[in-house]
Amino acid sequence: MDSGGHIAWFEAIGLADREQVGGKGGSLGELKRAGIAVPAGFVLRTAAFERFLESLEQQAPVRAAVAALDGDDLEAITACSAALRQRIESAPLTADVLGELSAAHATLLGAGVPQPVAVRSSATTEDSADASFAGLQDTYLWVTDAAQMLARVRSCWASLYSVPSISYRLRHGLPEERVAMAVVVQIMVDAGVAGVMFTRSPTTGDRSVVTIEAAWGLGSAVVGGEVTPDHWVLGKITGEISVREVSAKLIQHVPLAGGGIEAVAVAEERRRAACLDDAQLQELRTLARRVERHYGSAQDIEWALDRHSGAILLLQSRPETVWSSRDAAPIAEPQQDPRMHLMSVFGTRR
Amino acid sequence: MMRPGSTHPARAGAGAETATIDTQTPKGAFPAPSSLKVAAGTERAQAAYPYYMQFTAADDARFWFYNSMHFPEPMSAFDMVTAEAAYCALGSSVTRVHCLPTTLGIDYRIINGRVYIGGNAVTDPAEIARRTVEFQQRAFYYYENWERLYTQWREKMLVLIRDAQALPAPVLPEFEPLANVHAGRGIAANHTLLETYQKSLEGYFRMWHHHFEFLLLGYGAYMAFFAFCKKAFPEITDQTVARMVAGIDAEIFRPDEELRRLARRAVELRVDAEFQEGRTPGAIMASLATRGEPGQVWLEELATSRDPWFNINVGDGFYHYHRSWNDDLTMPFSGLPGYIAQIKAGASLKRPIEALQAQRRQLIQDYRELLGSDAERAAYDQMITLAHRVFPYVEGHKFYCEHWYTNLFFNKVREFGQLLAANGFFADTEDVFQLTHYEVESAIIDLMTSWSNGSPPRGPAHWPQIVRERRAAIAEWAKHTTPPALGPVPDVIDDPAIVMLWGITRESLDAWLHAGSEEASNELRGFAASSGVVEGPACVVKSVEEIARVRQGDILVCQITNPTWAPIFQKIAGAVSDIGGSMSHAAIVAREFGLPAVVGTGTATSRIRNGQRIRVDGGRGVVTILS
Repeated sequence: MDSGGHIAWFEAIGLADREQVGGKGGSLGELKRAGIAVPAGFVLRTAAFERFLESLEQQAPVRAAVAALDGDDLEAITACSAALRQRIESAPLTADVLGELSAAHATLLGAGVPQPVAVRSSATTEDSADASFAGLQDTYLWVTDAAQMLARVRSCWASLYSVPSISYRLRHGLPEERVAMAVVVQIMVDAGVAGVMFTRSPTTGDRSVVTIEAAWGLGSAVVGGEVTPDHWVLGKITGEISVREVSAKLIQHVPLAGGGIEAVAVAEERRRAACLDDAQLQELRTLARRVERHYGSAQDIEWALDRHSGAILLLQSRPETVWSSRDAAPIAEPQQDPRMHLMSVFGTRR
Repeated sequence: MMRPGSTHPARAGAGAETATIDTQTPKGAFPAPSSLKVAAGTERAQAAYPYYMQFTAADDARFWFYNSMHFPEPMSAFDMVTAEAAYCALGSSVTRVHCLPTTLGIDYRIINGRVYIGGNAVTDPAEIARRTVEFQQRAFYYYENWERLYTQWREKMLVLIRDAQALPAPVLPEFEPLANVHAGRGIAANHTLLETYQKSLEGYFRMWHHHFEFLLLGYGAYMAFFAFCKKAFPEITDQTVARMVAGIDAEIFRPDEELRRLARRAVELRVDAEFQEGRTPGAIMASLATRGEPGQVWLEELATSRDPWFNINVGDGFYHYHRSWNDDLTMPFSGLPGYIAQIKAGASLKRPIEALQAQRRQLIQDYRELLGSDAERAAYDQMITLAHRVFPYVEGHKFYCEHWYTNLFFNKVREFGQLLAANGFFADTEDVFQLTHYEVESAIIDLMTSWSNGSPPRGPAHWPQIVRERRAAIAEWAKHTTPPALGPVPDVIDDPAIVMLWGITRESLDAWLHAGSEEASNELRGFAASSGVVEGPACVVKSVEEIARVRQGDILVCQITNPTWAPIFQKIAGAVSDIGGSMSHAAIVAREFGLPAVVGTGTATSRIRNGQRIRVDGGRGVVTILS
């Protein structure tokens, strides 16, 4: 599975490993196993966080400090958060973790030109609770060198102790000792276009359509709601495109040379141009169907289109929760006499 | 012709620059019938329609809509027989035979040649309950015994058709044939005229009863499945549901298949060079007759195809001038050069029936898998099974009723027109269709009397002026648009017959009320009949005579799309029609040819000019005029 026990490559993991690799990491591994193209990468397992926390706890309590907080005392939470984050971000990694992480990073980049990576939080609580929790942890895009990568891993860990994260756990009574975080390190897709897609209609819950939203540049602009994306609705089975809404896409996220990303204005002539063509939409639909079939449930998927190769890569897939939780009584029950179905047309006044 | 539950924003079609719409109409209501004026100078033509079709003051309290789907053009006095016979039969089926619980039959009125119809809902719960008991003893029996009754139906229709074919041509010899006298027949030839006419009329009314014998039940099963799909998959397109239900080998595909067969035979017999674009059917057939045995063989093959498969009208069969392929070979022959070229290029032209069936099965299976539970899947299975069982009737009946029989009937009336014209009643055979069916009978009796007493008939001094007046009235009415609906807007449209047959819903009424703004834009909306987007020059075809103008790559813009037009689908890049639903056969043919199509736009042939560039988005049901 890995060299020293703290690293897990996507190929070797799946959803069942969520306890050790977090929701995001498990999902990426699962996709990879299903034969779906995801950018290469690995997960720094929760054990690494535990090792790190252990050494912190030896200096001063961490978990106990949080557990002792009053969920309504925002001032205390804020002070505690600042102190803990500062400690996490400045403490050195344990030697074994540092070695494994640096080696894995080097393996990931290979011998070629240096490639930027994304460093993403992958919390174990991610899909146990509601999806909104997932948004509370940080993701760092376009991380260009090993030193930055190492710093960002600690930033991800630190995000577990952000004010909203702590408040959330206190409010929901989530025990501190069960809180752990894995970190995903994966090759960053230089996206020409990126976006999200849902295998159920977000508006009607229809399972027979795929809704696709996309904008120019990196997907963070779409996910973060900084741009009004183009919007399509495709028949999941038929491929018919029933809705096409091309929006004015005013900004896009692009990489910064020294690492990180920035929002820039989209060139005038591209703003109102559709950012995907029909063939790409169909390719996305096919992918959406494969992912959904693999999981056996409706999915909310992030994807990016590599601007050099044109390939579509999946960045994340998580179960759709809104409509799935609403499914209640069946639309119709089988009838002992099938002709009774006709009474819905002939027999009642609507 | 089917548009189950779909909104139809465009049928407002008509609403434009007309002077007939009362602009004082309050919001939320259509003009009252009494505010609709008979066009100046056409009052006598309007009065010719029977009294029971005329609007009265009492009609103002009710909601009416213009049946532009079946009667898109002003109706001549005779053609109203189709409305009479059809509504009489539809109403019988709904009200008295199958006893639909929530509705009675359809009322109809005519003004300015336009047919308005209104539903007749049952609202009393006790009455609905009483009718439900009746319905389940009647309609359910039909569902239970569908195959047997449908087989029996076909036999009845063939008998009816044979009876109509057996009616003698109306002739008046100078003297009664000697043989009749010696046989002691005792009835003279003039009486046979009356007998033949009345039998023709009787047969036509009878045919419409058979037309509606199964129709609503067939639609109902489709509607139940349709409603289920719309609930389970709120964003599913009408055409997808249509594809799951539509038959693959329905009778209505047969005429076009015969044409493909004839194209194949022409190549096999090496007479294909005769079929040149622009050559008339007469010239081709005359030339083939001189080509020895191969030419003869092909002509015999043609004769086999013609009876019965060319008994198909170029329209919906509701107007006397919707002639059949048999009456005018222009349409079928216009398709032959293209088919021949394809065969010579190696195409088989055989419809891939099995592949199409497999596709349909797959589609049904794929949607089935998406359902939320096994209970839903079981209900889905029951409903699609029922729809498949009954839908062949919905698809098959038109060939026998609206095409074959209607054509026989109008041609028989035409024979009377010819006899009356020969006796000076009319300048032209077709003038007979300007008389109501009562008036035709009176003209026949006039002629019978004249033959019997040796005096000249009175008709020649009576009818020509009236015919002129009525022709002028039709021309005048055709210039005006008419409101899509009249009277107060109902809160809900829940008459299953109206929803099923006309696809009218509360949403479509709202769209009609707000129509007009649409006229200013360059967009037309209709039913998304077949997906895909295409741009090209519009070829606006208003009658079958213009078919020859359609060029490779044109987008066909026509009033009614009809399976008889299939031969030209091989040439075109897309299709747009004024009338038709997502289940219309043209929509099915377009899907099979993979052509983008928008049907039921209401106004395409009047708003799009020939040669204009247009864009057809068949997935969204939008046509855009680009130039």
